Amino acid sequence: MDESDLVGVRDTFPKLMALNAQRFGDQSAYRVKEYGIWQSWTWSEAHSDMRAMAIGLMSLGLEMDDHVAVIGTNRPELYIMMSAISAAGGVPVPIYQDGVAEEIAYVLDHCSAKFVICDDQEQVDKVLDIQDRLPDLRQIVYRDPRGLRKYTQDDLHSLDSVLKLGRDEAASLGAALDVAINARGIDDTCVMLYTSGTTGRPKGVVLSNRNIIVTAKNSAEFDDLVQTDSVLAYLPMAWVGDFIFSMGQAQWTGFCVCCPEAAHTMQTDLREVGPSYFFAPPRFFEGLLTNVMIRMEDASKWKQKLFHKYMAVAKEVGPRLLDGESVSTSQRLSYAIGNVLVYGPLKNTLGMSKVRVGYTAGEAIGPEIFDFYRSLGINLKQLYGQTEASVFITQQPDGQVRADTVGVPSPEVELKIAENGEVFYRSPGTFVRYYKNEESTADTKDAEGWVATGDAGFIEKESGHLRIIDRAKDVGQMADGSLFAPKYVENKLKFFPNILEAVVFGNGRDYCTAFLNIDLGSVGNWAERNNIAYASYQELAQHPQVQETLQKHVEEVNLSVAEDEMLAGCQIHRFLILHKQLDADDGELTRTQKVRRRIIEERYGDLITALYDGSATVFADTEVTYEDGRKGRVKGMLDIRDAKTVPVRTKQVAAE
Amino acid sequence: MNDMSPDSYTTADGRTIGGKIMEVKNITLRFGGVVAIKDISFDIREGEIRAIIGPNGAGKSSMLNVINGFYHPQEGEILFRGEKRGPMKPYQIAQQGIARTFQNIALFKGMSTLDNIMTGRFTHMKAPVWKQAIWRGEAEREEIENREVVEKIIDFLEIQAIRKTPVGRLPYGLQKRVELGRALAAEPKLLLLDEPMAGMNVEEKEDMSRFILDVNDEFGTTIALIEHDMGVVMDISDRVVVLDYGKKIGDGTPDEVRANPEVIDAYLGVSHD
Repeated sequence: MDESDLVGVRDTFPKLMALNAQRFGDQSAYRVKEYGIWQSWTWSEAHSDMRAMAIGLMSLGLEMDDHVAVIGTNRPELYIMMSAISAAGGVPVPIYQDGVAEEIAYVLDHCSAKFVICDDQEQVDKVLDIQDRLPDLRQIVYRDPRGLRKYTQDDLHSLDSVLKLGRDEAASLGAALDVAINARGIDDTCVMLYTSGTTGRPKGVVLSNRNIIVTAKNSAEFDDLVQTDSVLAYLPMAWVGDFIFSMGQAQWTGFCVCCPEAAHTMQTDLREVGPSYFFAPPRFFEGLLTNVMIRMEDASKWKQKLFHKYMAVAKEVGPRLLDGESVSTSQRLSYAIGNVLVYGPLKNTLGMSKVRVGYTAGEAIGPEIFDFYRSLGINLKQLYGQTEASVFITQQPDGQVRADTVGVPSPEVELKIAENGEVFYRSPGTFVRYYKNEESTADTKDAEGWVATGDAGFIEKESGHLRIIDRAKDVGQMADGSLFAPKYVENKLKFFPNILEAVVFGNGRDYCTAFLNIDLGSVGNWAERNNIAYASYQELAQHPQVQETLQKHVEEVNLSVAEDEMLAGCQIHRFLILHKQLDADDGELTRTQKVRRRIIEERYGDLITALYDGSATVFADTEVTYEDGRKGRVKGMLDIRDAKTVPVRTKQVAAE
Repeated sequence: MNDMSPDSYTTADGRTIGGKIMEVKNITLRFGGVVAIKDISFDIREGEIRAIIGPNGAGKSSMLNVINGFYHPQEGEILFRGEKRGPMKPYQIAQQGIARTFQNIALFKGMSTLDNIMTGRFTHMKAPVWKQAIWRGEAEREEIENREVVEKIIDFLEIQAIRKTPVGRLPYGLQKRVELGRALAAEPKLLLLDEPMAGMNVEEKEDMSRFILDVNDEFGTTIALIEHDMGVVMDISDRVVVLDYGKKIGDGTPDEVRANPEVIDAYLGVSHD
């Protein structure tokens, strides 16, 4: 590809920052709500802060190629800090801020971080706790001084003091900073991101400036992102998606990154910011839709009628309008009326009035959920990606959006499907290597640069779109040799609002079984409206009526699974509803909320046995970890229920 | 001014506690023939967390109401910052820099969190009514200043998400937090908390304990609290007064109080014959 327009001017973040300060000096680069008011940094202010931070870090002893961990919630200061770390010659390593001390210790030790930038006292405490196990750690910097005034450690600095140090030393070290900035180019490391680790220890993915910046450029051009766009940065900074959106694309195009006031104000902030470019995992859209439906049930009769009438219109007309298909004048008119009465106000409440491009990824999204947002006129699309690809592998172009595919290859990405169905890709975004892990690097990326995704899928002949079935290693065989694709079934189960999480078993067995987690929001609301009293999550989960409802859901899924000949063997014969929510703190989910099958199989071995030995109840006793790290136990009897299945006939025919 | 004697002390976690901010001397409070408080004396020192504990009916709330100026004791005197305090109305006491929260939450249920906390700024609103009606100028400036203080408290208590939510719709634990916020809005010298953890679950108690410690630490506010939960009291207080049947039966650090036989008797129960 042609990189001549990048090299030397736009090939690192510090250079882009300087360019943006020139191009869009007085435009907002970052916003954050503080003390109830949106505060902003212009590109010039951000650039000046970046230089001060970088010089501050250099004065504190940061050297070329040092790793600097960044732990915290989305804050402008931390985004600017990541550019500052690059400017000073270091490599930023953002870390999931909700990780417990143990997880953080592993990462800090693995990357031998010299500096740690913490957001607040909570993070500082975690780092101080494990400091004696980290011989390489030199300095800790924190942003929010609350509660930290009495800390007297010499190696602990406030961000303000670093900024001040940087401004004081600007005269003497400014030239050295320029040298450091210019010493970096397109092939140097831009960032190191740790994968959430669905299996085993997290791996440090080394991404170069080429990976990030070329990918940011291509994807920004794909969706025509411009300087006047804005985005709400609320997903973890350690996640590659946030790094591409809030760092890569934001600095490439110069659009504004807005940070929420606090984690739990995201909804309000979303409404106030009204971003034009929005990303959320399917879980978010699901939760939002559930909320809308719950609130509609409490609305007046007349409003309900209006809502349902026009949602029916939207369902028919909306997606076609978005895809640019022909729509009759009368339908256009009803849609326009619906827009004034229902869709417009609803989109405004959801904070999506201005969304021009919206993406969802990470998991399959329910077709009803997907269609709901598209019918409102929100251009929600799907993409498929991973950390190793700097996000983008495939994405859906405008006008070719469907719920069951993940789109066509992104610009400059090549795809191939291996014989076992595994998807491989090669692109400018392909990662450099796993840090200190030659073996895994070689396993994942071959000599020609093809990377195994670990997902099984196929490319649809007619449309050229990629469809993902499941994790390649999770796809197995049942005892009778039929195909076992757990995620395919789990996704179908999770499309029901009452089911938050599902885990399906059956590899090498005679039939499939499942664990279910109820969605407390949705089931709790149902209980409230039906005057069903419950004292705990556990009690609600085991309520006979709840079990009855979930059984119906399971049976519906069985019906739909049975339609697909290949996967008909994956029908759920027996299931139970878990007494606790699967939780990342207990290691059952990754920090990005993906199920960790092996760990669940280990922890709940006795429950799985009970699913297969025909017993009607089972006693569960599970250790849980609270947010503050203390442990407790949850115990109780769980009912096991048998679900109706559709008989499978095709197998015998095939065997003959 | 002997009462401001500089016998300050240093706590285990390194905070320096100053002289007496309030001294209660030989207070006796009667309701008709019932003696609620009998000849009680103790002091509260600048910057400390002082707990008043005791079994049900020991006179804890009465004591707080005396400090607060709601009840007027028949005997004894109260010195605030070294000066003897005559009979005062509660609002005058608030102006002196004493704020409190209540055992049964006393918030304006229909008003938002923000507005409720703003009412705590009452003693800092100086503009006369006519200027507030005109709004531009002094009243507006004052409102902005007050809002800034309130926003800092909202940030401090981490209740940004419920800023605009009517208080009546909030769960109990959060209402308690809003009430604490309102008391803090007055920027008190002395903060009185009447059973701040009553009815809370473990997690809410932990949060509230942290906020109490943070208030004391960040703003240097002196705190006097009444609490039932012995575990919490012993963990967060610097010194503890123990009341039983309107009498003081113990006074000292949590460890001293815990070892005091009279206190053990009062809590574990022995026959009073």
